[in-house]
This record gives sequence, structure tokens and C-alpha cells, in this order.
Amino acid sequence: MKWLRVTQVENIPVRQGRVVRFGSLELAIFNLGGAFRAVESRCPHKQGPLADGIVAGDDIICPLHNWRISLDSGFVKQPKEHAETCVKSFPCRVEQGVVMVAIPEDVLREAAA
Amino acid sequence: MAKPERLAVIGNGMAGVACVEQVLRHQRKFQITIFGDETHVNYNRILLSSVLAGERNVDEITINDWDWYRSNGIELRAGVRVVGIDSQAKALTGDDGSVTEFDKLIIATGSSPFVPPIDGVDKDGVFTFRNLDDTRGLLERSRPGAKAVVIGGGLLGLEAARGLQVQGCDVSVVHLADWLMERQLDAAGGRYLAHKMENLGVRVLCGANTARLRGNGRVEGVELRDGRVLDADLVVVAAGIRPNAAIGKTAGLEVRRGIVVDDFLRTSHPDIFAVGECVEHRGQLFGLVAPLIEQGKVLAATLAGAETAAFEASVPAAKLKIMGVDVFSAGDVRDDQEGVECVRYEDPALGIYKKLVLRDNRLQGVVLVGDAADSRRYADWLKTGEDLSAQRRSLLFPEPLGDGGLDVAQMPNAETVCGCNGVSKGDIIEAIHAKGVNTLAQLKECTRAATGCGSCTGLCESLLKAVAPEFEEESKKVLCGCVPFSQEQLREIIRTQRLKSVQEVLDVYGNGFGCQTCKPALSYLVDVIWCGDHAEDRSARFINDRVHANIQNDGTFSVVPRMRGGVTSPAELRKIADVAEKYQVRMVKVTGSQRLDLLGVKKEDLPKIWAELGMPSGQAYTKGVRMVKTCVGTDFCRFGTQNSIDTGIELERRLENLYTPHKFKMAVVGCPRNCAEATVKDVGLIGQEGSWQVVVGGAAGKGVRKADLLITVETTPQALEAAELFFQYYRENANYLERSYDFVERLGMEKVRKETVYAPEGKQQALLERLRKSKERSYDAWLERDRPSDPTQFVQIQPLEQPMPQEATA
Ligand code: SRM
Ligand SMILES: Cc1cc2nc3c(=O)[nH]c(=O)nc-3n(C[C@H](O)[C@H](O)[C@H](O)COP(=O)(O)OP(=O)(O)OC[C@H]3O[C@@H](n4cnc5c(N)ncnc54)[C@H](O)[C@@H]3O)c2cc1C
Ligand code: SF4
Ligand code: FES
Repeated sequence: MKWLRVTQVENIPVRQGRVVRFGSLELAIFNLGGAFRAVESRCPHKQGPLADGIVAGDDIICPLHNWRISLDSGFVKQPKEHAETCVKSFPCRVEQGVVMVAIPEDVLREAAA
Repeated sequence: MAKPERLAVIGNGMAGVACVEQVLRHQRKFQITIFGDETHVNYNRILLSSVLAGERNVDEITINDWDWYRSNGIELRAGVRVVGIDSQAKALTGDDGSVTEFDKLIIATGSSPFVPPIDGVDKDGVFTFRNLDDTRGLLERSRPGAKAVVIGGGLLGLEAARGLQVQGCDVSVVHLADWLMERQLDAAGGRYLAHKMENLGVRVLCGANTARLRGNGRVEGVELRDGRVLDADLVVVAAGIRPNAAIGKTAGLEVRRGIVVDDFLRTSHPDIFAVGECVEHRGQLFGLVAPLIEQGKVLAATLAGAETAAFEASVPAAKLKIMGVDVFSAGDVRDDQEGVECVRYEDPALGIYKKLVLRDNRLQGVVLVGDAADSRRYADWLKTGEDLSAQRRSLLFPEPLGDGGLDVAQMPNAETVCGCNGVSKGDIIEAIHAKGVNTLAQLKECTRAATGCGSCTGLCESLLKAVAPEFEEESKKVLCGCVPFSQEQLREIIRTQRLKSVQEVLDVYGNGFGCQTCKPALSYLVDVIWCGDHAEDRSARFINDRVHANIQNDGTFSVVPRMRGGVTSPAELRKIADVAEKYQVRMVKVTGSQRLDLLGVKKEDLPKIWAELGMPSGQAYTKGVRMVKTCVGTDFCRFGTQNSIDTGIELERRLENLYTPHKFKMAVVGCPRNCAEATVKDVGLIGQEGSWQVVVGGAAGKGVRKADLLITVETTPQALEAAELFFQYYRENANYLERSYDFVERLGMEKVRKETVYAPEGKQQALLERLRKSKERSYDAWLERDRPSDPTQFVQIQPLEQPMPQEATA
């Protein structure tokens, strides 16, 4: 696991998401009011840009067809038939006003490849 | 024929006039004179709270207008105060010097605010809250930012506090007891209530004893015993009421705290009666309307010499009339006595507190805070004194009602349904049968039921459902599970509770989170209600409205610049072509709305493209004003009768940049050949020789609907104004995501016309004024290219740190 410095907290407005790229890895980072969440940026349905969705509590609603995905677990909450599906989620923390995200080594290797 | 007996009434208030209304129903006729020291006709005092809270204006609370007095042969001596009663001579003396003889007399003088002897209460800026003049004074004195202190945290004080806050004041409530509404609530209930008030932004200080009021002539502050000082530009004293019983003494009547009456409202003098808050019945005083209406009925029967049941005071029940702060209390709620049991439920997160006090398995008192939906059920149990042993498991969690009609069927016809307006079950049934009432709205108009505090709405609906042949349930569809209110209620809530941001609405009235359904809808509602003067929250908007472009299936965006009236120029086309090449847009397309679309643009490129185009946003991505299509009209066409191009461009200029419940499309054509399809647009202007037809509610999308004629007018300015009136009316009254074609069907064109082009001048001006206000605050969204709503609105964020290549490959 490697903690990476992403961006100043103020660059991600409250209850919104922004995309950041590490190599080929695209993350959607959300500000839930001081607490941050990071998930893979593409919706499991048809690759909708999750960072552009509407935040609903701890969930994100995909802007293309309204799939609802938990930002805590990465699992799809709606439609219920797809509750087994998920996106990868990554731990976040804030240090000295900077959002940090932890990415496993193997994911990093894959992204750099 | 003998002359009718003379009946004099002192007090033109709620109880006195309600009694007179009953007297008029009996056979025995009187020649009636009513004295009222207020100059206004009889009005609904209860609703003064909603006047102060801006929910109603003064004329909307009149109960009986001058016509009613005239047509019933009643002489109203408005502005005359009775100063003495000569019970021997049976004559009244007015403060105008007049002397009036009577055969029978009703005293209905109500009560007066109790003002404790606090040092400084005579200062300018100190008010009570009892009548219209007080309310007018408060409205005049309150202004945004003013500091207001309300002394007294009972029903009246809290309603006054909320009203002042809605007027923009910064309000504190100073309450002597340890918790709010201490006579109706217990300590826990009071704390829940205080929390709700604080959530709304009203400061609450309990256990606070006012020492004196500061200020030099004019009040400037409230000093508490503990030394704290609150700044105050105005002070409301709401510390209780005292019966106006002194007048009874001038007649030598028996007076204790109130004028003493027996079970038939007779005083100690055979020809003098009393009703309302001025009376004392079996040692009890009154402060709520419901029992007073009962008194009026008994007294009317007594006067008519009719057989009647004795007056029996019902169990007192109080309901706070602050939207979003449900409080209900009835019966004896003390739980520290021998032999009582207490059933409680509380949920601090939701702010719900419920307590039932039982004795011998019978309900003795109830407190509901945060959720008073079941108040009727408990009120019934109190009244019937029913044994609840069998229901012990479901006291606080009622089984879902099987048949809503059942319990209303058992209700006696004479029972009051709407306490605020004294409407009985029988009145409602009569309205349904005799006047063909089928909807709640019609019932309100016809009987005034459910127009007061609104707590009887559910019951009225059950009655309609059970009795009305063609009952139509009003679309009570809630917006969504996150904020369980209908859009109509939400509009009311946002306006009266002065909520200016989506998050505030969600925090106070919803689950605090919201979702993709309610957030955009609430964004629209706060915008339209505050005419653009709201706190914009982009996180509540769909992505299209965050970046002002339409998201496509691959996450890129489309750019449709505004081309007013579908008119462009070689220079504009050249710029569009340049931009399309430079940014390698995937396609340039002529849209179905007479303009051009650049498809497949990256988010980061949007601001640059807008700048290089130098054209305003066409709003093709939002629920807002799309376009005005035009035909070539008189400028070119051999059949043209009106200048459709200039008119269309002007219409688009007037309305562009505004948001609407759903997208809004218009067209202007020069003659009825209708080349730009005006008859299937939300608004269409159809030129003909010497006039314009203004049509609305047309569609040619999912369905096809020919637009309805709104009005035919002679001049172009008149046509534009008619379009504006409809546009703003639609903005204010349609549900979010309701296209104009559904809106006009739902309301009916007759109503639409009556409320727009045929509305009274004042109403039209008000609509146009709000449109103008919104328009002034609106702007071309693409200017955010230079003034982004947040620094990274269009920016691709570059991470501060990339994994080291060796780490990544290690
Ligand atoms: C671009 C355009 C098609 C074109 O290439 O011509 C278009 C494209 C879309 N239309 Fe349309 N409509 C376009 C003209 C029309 C017209 C013709 C007109 O405006 O005269 C209609 C019929 C008139 C009407 O609005 O009723 C039309 C009726 C619809 C409807 C059905 C609306 C209805 O209530 O019946 C939808 C769906 C909706 O809004 O719910 C829709 C929705 C859409 C959306 C926004 C779907 C979406 O939510 O993503 C499409 C965006 C595609 C994209 O990726 O950008 N579009 N659409 C036209 C843009 C016009 C413009 O310049 O702004
Ligand atoms: C802001 C507010 C909100 C309220 N909300 C509720 C509520 O939600 N529910 C509820 O049940 N109750 C409510 N009440 C209480 C309710 O209004 C009263 O119980 C009711 O008005 C009492 O009726 P009444 O006829 O006895 O007195 P009033 O309505 O006060 O009428 C008495 C009239 O007599 C006049 N008068 C007095 N003396 C003389 C005289 N000597 N000569 C001539 N005229 C005289 C007075 O000026 C007054 O107009 C509220 C009261 C207020 C002020
Ligand atoms: S048909 Fe009428 S409106 Fe259309 S272009 Fe011709 S004259 Fe103009
Ligand atoms: S791509 Fe996300 S819901 Fe379809």
C-alpha cells in the first residue's frame, strides 16, 4: 500500500467529485464534507464518469443512467440485481490540508504498465 | 307583529360572532347590535400568526365581511368600546358617549395580553401579540437583520418568534420556565422542541428571568436577572392572557377570574350571558377556540329557548402552528402522580418524542413533538376515555388503517372537524351533497374547512373519500423519500420558512442527504422562489448544470450556442467552423431547434471553446429556456403578416438564461401557415392580419398536443407580455419536470387564463415583477469560463505526487 498526495482539500468542493489519474488508473475522489472517498472513476454499467454524479449521503449516483454506488464499499446499491457488482475503492485521509489516497502496489504496477 | 327583541353583543371577536352565526340559525329572531373596539370586521385571530409569518395577508383572514353584517341585518358598531353596563336599565354606554338599550346581552370581550410589571415595558418598540394592530405594528417594525426578543416561550410566543424570524429578524426567545411550553409539555418534550426551534435558527433561552428592558425611550435591549443582556430593536411580550372580565363588574355580575357562567352560559343576571375567553366555567378559563365555538352553540340555543345539552368543556388540546415543528399536547401530561403510567418513544436523530400518560388503562394526556400525525387518534381516546388494555402493544405504533372511512362514519354530524373555522362534519357533508364538492380545494373554498392551522386536512380528506361521489385525491405525491413532502408543500415551506439553499431544506425537512431526484428539484425551487436570490449549491445540480454542457454517452460534452430566433451570420458561422476544427469536435450538427451543435467536447476544453465562440449559452443542456424558433415573416415572406424574426429574437432575449420546471421551447411565426411549428411549442406566437394569437402547452416530442389559445391580442408588446405572464406562472406553479403540456392539462386553460392574462392588474404586475427580478439576477452561464463557481469547475486535477517509476515497477 502506498499513500500518495493528491491535491489540496479545497480543490474538491463539498459533496462533489473530481477525477485524478495515476498512470492509466483513473480515480474519482469525493469530498463528503471533510471526509474523502476514492473509487475507480468508471461506472460498472457503461463506464459513466462517476466523478460527475450527484452525491447522495455516502453514495454516488452515476450521471448516465442513475446507478447508485456506495462510496464506502464500492458496491452497487441500485439496481438491486447488480448488488454483487462493485468498483474498487481506496482509503483516503487528509494531511496538512492535502488529500491522500492509499493505492495497493499491484494496482500501481498495473497502472504504470 | 311584535318588534323583535334587541340583542346586544360586546366583542366582535371569534366567540361572540360565532355565537351570533348560530343565533341566526334559530327560529327566534333578534335585532342584533355588535360592539367591537377593533375597527376591523370579524377576523380569524388564530391566523394572525400566519399573517406575521407572511403566509397570508390581512384580507385573507376575514371571517365575515361587511356584506355579511348588512345582509343579516346586524348593526356593527366598529371602533366603539363599551365602558359600562347598567343592568337595571338594561343599557350600555359606549366610549363615544352613546347609550344603547338591550333586551338580552352577550358579553364576549375575550382576553388581553398579560404584561408583567417589568421595568421598561412601556418603551417604544415593545409589543404584545393579540390583534391586527399588534400584527401590523410588528410587521412594520421587523426588518431583515433587526434583533427581536420574545418574552415567553408558550404557543403564542413561539409563533411570534417564528413569524419575526421569517420577516428576517434575528430572534431570541426568553422563557422563564425551565422548558418551552411548560404547561403543555414535559421537560423532555420541551427540550426536543427547543432543539427544533434552534434548528430553524431561533435562539432559545430557558430559565431566563427578565430583569428590565433597556433603552432611552425606545427599547434597545433586554437585561436578564443573571446579568446577560440581549440587544433588541423590538420586544414582544407573550407572557399569557387575562380575561376581560372587568366590564362584568360594572353590571354587578359575579366575577372571579372571569365572568362566572353556568352550564348554559348564563351569568348571575337573567338577561345577560357571556361567552369566550372572558368567562369562567366551573372554575375553568379558556384560551383556545374549539371550546368557545361549543359555548356559542349552547348559548345560541339558550337564547332561542331551544332544548339543548349543557356546555361541557372538552379536554384541552394545543397544537403549535409552525411549519416543520409538529407539536401536539392534550389532556393532563404530568407523569409524576400516583397511579399514572407513562409510555414513551424518542428518536433524537429524527427529533421525535412521544409520550402517553395513562391511568387505569385510559389515556389521560399526550405529548407529541416532531411527529403529530397521530394526534387525532389520541384526541379521540382522550374524549371517549376508552379502555386501551387491548391496544397496549400498538399505542405508539398504530396498525395501518384498514378503511379510512370507518372512523369518520362514527363521528356525530355535529362534531367540529375544523376548529379554526368552526366547520362541523354536518357542514362538510352538506357541502358535498348540496354543492357538488369533490376535491379538498373545492371544500376549502366552499366551507373554509382546513384553511386554518391545517391540522384537520386528513380528516377532511377521509370525509370526502367516504362521502363524495367523485372524490379525486389531490396529487399528494411526495417529491421523494429524502424529503417526504409534495412539491406544493415544499414551495410553501421554502417560501415561508425562508430556506435559501438545498442543503437547508434537506437538513430541516429531509434526511440531510438528498439524491438525484430531489436535489435538482430543490435547486429549481429555491431558485424560482427567491427569484435567483438563493444560495446556489452546485453539488445539488446535475452535471449538465455544473459545467453548462450536455453530457454524452462517453463522458464528453456538447456545445450548443444561442442563436436567437435561429438567425446567424457569416462571421458567427466562421467562428463556429474555426472552433470545430481547432478542437476537433466529433461532429457539427444542425439541431431540431434551429441551431448548431458541436458534439464530443472534453470538459477541460469547454471554457476555451465558449471564449473563442464569443456566443452565449443556448441552455440546450438544462431545464431552462431553450430557444425561440422563427420563420422569415414579413421581412422576406410573401405571406408574412407579422415580423416574426424580430419578435422571436426579442422574446428569446427577454426570457433567456432563466430556469424552468422542465425545458421550455418557443416559436414565433408570421402567419397561420406556421412554418416554425408554433402550435406544438410550450409558447407559440402566431401572427395574423392585425393581431397575434398566443398559444401555450403544445408538444411534438414524446406525444403530440396542439397548443391551446391563451389570448388574441392586437400588438406585439401585448403578445410578448402575454407570453411572459404564462412563462412566469408556469415557473411558479408547475412541478419540477412537468412540461407545459401536462401543466395546462392539469390546471385547465380556464384557470390558466384567469390567473395570467385575465388576472387582476395587480396580480399580473406581481408576476411580471418577479420575472423581472429573476431576470436581473440571471446571467449567461458560459461567463463562468472567467468566473468559475469553484477553482476546479472545468480543470483536470493533476495529482501532487505520482508513484515513483521504480516503486511502481518494483
Ligand atoms: C441535439 C438535439 C437533437 C438534434 O440533433 O437535433 C436533441 C438532443 C437531445 N434531446 Fe431532444 N434534442 C433536440 C431537439 C428536440 C426537439 C425538437 C425541437 O426542439 O423543436 C424535440 C421535440 C420538442 C420537445 O421538446 O418536446 C425534442 C424532444 C426531446 C425529448 C422529449 C420531450 C417531451 O417532453 O416530449 C427529450 C427527453 C426529455 O426531455 O425528457 C429529449 C432529450 C434530448 C437529450 C437532451 C437526451 C439527454 O438527456 O441526453 C438529447 C441530448 C443528446 C446529446 O448527446 O447531446 N428531447 N428534442 C436537439 C437539440 C435542440 C437544441 O438546439 O437545443
Ligand atoms: C396569534 C394568536 C394565535 C392563536 N392561535 C390559536 C390556535 O392555533 N388555536 C386556538 O384554538 N386558539 C388560538 N388562539 C386563541 C384564540 O384566538 C382565542 O381563543 C379566541 O380568539 C378567543 O375568542 P374570544 O371571542 O373570546 O376573544 P377575541 O377573539 O379576542 O374577541 C374579543 C373581542 O372583543 C373586543 N372587546 C374587548 N372588550 C371590549 C369592549 N369593552 N367593548 C368592545 N369590544 C371589546 C376585543 O377587542 C376583541 O376584538 C390564538 C390567539 C392569538 C392571538
Ligand atoms: S408560411 Fe407564413 S410564416 Fe411561414 S414563411 Fe411563409 S409567410 Fe412566413
Ligand atoms: S453508465 Fe453509470 S449508470 Fe449507466
